[in-house]
Amino acid sequence: MTEHDVTETLDVRGENCPMPVVKTSQRVDGLVAGDVLEVLATDPGSMTDLAGWAETTDGVELVDQDDGEDVYTHYVRKVAE
Amino acid sequence: MSTDTEPTRADLAARVDELEARVAELDDGDDDPPKLSLIATKGTLDMAYPPLILASTAAAFGYEVTVFHTFWGLDILHEERSKNLKLSAVGNPNLPVPNAVGSLPGMDRLTTRMLRKKIADNDTATIQELVETGLEMGVEFQACQMTVDLFGYDEADFYDGVTTGVGAATAIRDMADADIQLLV
Repeated sequence: MTEHDVTETLDVRGENCPMPVVKTSQRVDGLVAGDVLEVLATDPGSMTDLAGWAETTDGVELVDQDDGEDVYTHYVRKVAE
Repeated sequence: MSTDTEPTRADLAARVDELEARVAELDDGDDDPPKLSLIATKGTLDMAYPPLILASTAAAFGYEVTVFHTFWGLDILHEERSKNLKLSAVGNPNLPVPNAVGSLPGMDRLTTRMLRKKIADNDTATIQELVETGLEMGVEFQACQMTVDLFGYDEADFYDGVTTGVGAATAIRDMADADIQLLV
């Protein structure tokens, strides 16, 4: 089912703004360039917030977002700054 | 005032060198992370959230963040008091309680309990979680020394990692350096 080469998964289901973005950023800090973090969230705001964060922040790239039934899945790649 | 003398090649070359040096200086600044300077002045449960949410989110965006806590905003950094922040039952016309009723004894406790229940039901982070997350992310939370003295607080009352012994001059310096400045 995973079409992306996921290095690690972060589960922030049940958590609300600002935690999905904040915890994603903390986790990405520990990755190396090329790694992909899969983020599982239930906060509908995470779709816009994570996209905005990835667009504005150096060293990360939003690979994909999946607007599932109950869970929003985000794929964030760490890139060289 | 106009002059008849054209600038010499040497004058122009000197001017170009000078401008190039200034451009190089400006380029150097680009490597610095952007900065956010917040001033937190309120210690009610509702007003404690915005500075903490903005601070941790900005840190996630790569900002260097300072939050200067003054007057009741200082209670956000007070480990014990931060767990007991209250929502006022008066002065907020959006609450379902008229001011005349809100001013009765025990009403603040009621409205606070109402908001705390909403926060818990909605899985919104607690004040304590947001302070701890901010500290983990390198947010500099500053306790205004004048307020610490005024309220008779002790350095040990604050979360580990809170900066103490700072005053308005530090806040002004941080605001002058920052790309974004907000007073909450």
